[in-house]
Amino acid sequence: MIGCRRVGFSKVTFNQSHKPFEKEEALKIVVCVKLVPDSAAKLVAVNGRASWGDAQMIINPWDEFAVEAALRQQEASGGSVTAISLGGENARDALKHALAMGCEEAVLISPPTPEGADTQVTSQMLAAAIRKINTQDPVLLALFGRQAIDDEMGLTAAQTARRLGWPSLTLVSAVQSLDQVARKIRVDRSIEEGRQTVETTLPAVLSVMKDIGEPRYPSFLGIRKASRAVIPTWSLADLGIAAPIPVVEVSEVMNPPVREVSCELITGDSPREIAVKLVDKILAEKVL
Amino acid sequence: MNTKSVWVYVDHFKGEAVPASWEAVGLGRSLAGQLGGSVVAILIGSQLDPVAKQAFSYGADELLMSDDPSLADFRPEAYAAILSKLAGEATPRAILFSATSRGRELAAMAAVDLNTGVLPDAFAEDLLGEELVVTRSVYGGKLHARVTCKARPALVTLQVRAFPRPTPDTSRMGEIRRIPPVLSENAIPARVVGYTQAESGVSLADASVIVSGGRGTSNNPSLTPPAGMTEKDAETWRAQQGFKLLGDLAAVLGGAVGASRAAVDAGYIPYPHQVGQTGKVVSPDLYIACGISGSIQHQAGMRTSKVIVAINKDPEAPIFKLARFGVVGDLYKIVPELIETFRQRLK
Repeated sequence: MIGCRRVGFSKVTFNQSHKPFEKEEALKIVVCVKLVPDSAAKLVAVNGRASWGDAQMIINPWDEFAVEAALRQQEASGGSVTAISLGGENARDALKHALAMGCEEAVLISPPTPEGADTQVTSQMLAAAIRKINTQDPVLLALFGRQAIDDEMGLTAAQTARRLGWPSLTLVSAVQSLDQVARKIRVDRSIEEGRQTVETTLPAVLSVMKDIGEPRYPSFLGIRKASRAVIPTWSLADLGIAAPIPVVEVSEVMNPPVREVSCELITGDSPREIAVKLVDKILAEKVL
Repeated sequence: MNTKSVWVYVDHFKGEAVPASWEAVGLGRSLAGQLGGSVVAILIGSQLDPVAKQAFSYGADELLMSDDPSLADFRPEAYAAILSKLAGEATPRAILFSATSRGRELAAMAAVDLNTGVLPDAFAEDLLGEELVVTRSVYGGKLHARVTCKARPALVTLQVRAFPRPTPDTSRMGEIRRIPPVLSENAIPARVVGYTQAESGVSLADASVIVSGGRGTSNNPSLTPPAGMTEKDAETWRAQQGFKLLGDLAAVLGGAVGASRAAVDAGYIPYPHQVGQTGKVVSPDLYIACGISGSIQHQAGMRTSKVIVAINKDPEAPIFKLARFGVVGDLYKIVPELIETFRQRLK
């Protein structure tokens, strides 16, 4: 029955701000992804800046979990997923990966100076982009990976939530339920002390952990679709904001001091003898 | 309050301070000393009088405290509203947090409200004249970066266990200024509806000793799994016996159990135990890697450990390049002897 409206049992409400049955809303999910050097890349500091030579660039591994979470939610409740990324032209590769996994649309957000963008800049631009998407299709969820493996800040999700005025749910390991009509979401979060279940209102911003689900491999069809996709670029003018000003400055990137360890191999005629020698050595380090 | 003061957010969970908070208070003391200002501790929660006392004994001069039943659970929106209001009025030089899940989220939000920046996971901090310079690791610890914040206050989260914990002085006292909450209950969007404690009492980030297992835990042919198991189940069962053994060693040392991604992906042990780039980043005094080869990604999570011990059958395993002490051998033979020997020696 195409076009059939949902019929509810709840009483008709005259509250103007709450009109769940007026329109069948498609669930719009935005997922934010970043292009980073491969985690296996050799990194060295050159002239105070990070250099990875010609190492491969990949979608941030944590963001793949966010894409997976977005697609699972979309499969469960319908709607569509838009991937967005902030960066230079090469950030298209991260978006293409998200499209190949199954996202419907992608948008490249082009910052004025990709080099000096801190999370203050990033979160302002992402929030503006999410707002812009929201004016076309109401966004119920914005998803992030827990952090990027390059600068390892882990701040952007919470900061974007703050700018949007939406609840922030970080370190989510499972979405227990999502009720579009009541505009509620319930998730499990992984915190240091264990697992916490939190309920909040939609729209919301989530950052996800690895246990949200293993990211799917792009399908053959997905890769073909991604390679043909037209990815629009949004500039500051498209977002309708002034250039955000970065406040965090990286003054220098350095090679870490060489760790003066030479491994001392402990040998012996029996496991007992080895254990006794090793325990002596460990106790002599005075770390216990 | 003068603008030379250094604020420290005291993180807590279920009424108890997170010990790393005292590392932050300790650093706050030393920075405030150099700046000629005072250390102001920020305490937001419910029924935190005992924690307030502790904050003074670890070095706080003054305490701003918002104590209300609506603040019993950490809800970032409610906490950030209070912190941002206070910091907006007083403009401290810096606000220090421990880099826990709560500290990081609170700093992130307050930075937006205060139009300033966050310098996360500092492991070293210097004052260059007036400017706070933070050193942190990036790219999985392969590089270090020195970062500064051009706006004030600079919000800095401190890597857990990177700064010394001061010795408490219970005779120290100070003034408590009580602050009402900013958001009413119905203005706070989130509700915490459940909590399950992590199985081991010790959190990995806080642990001073971590005993970790990898793929090698499944490699014990002398164990006979219960009859009727599939090959995969038998492998998992063997590995779980191995992790029990590692758990015993951790218990003797008062530590926590970690694992490599390979062990987690194979289903030997749940994800919260994973150490590495896509798991937890830890920095214990002693890290004992058992049956872990030591991939780059695993190293990213543990390379700053003070003393690393590797036990592995493969003498070529990369973990030996990082280890202070190594044993080329079978963890199933060595670990039981280690448990026994430590038991006797640590009595």
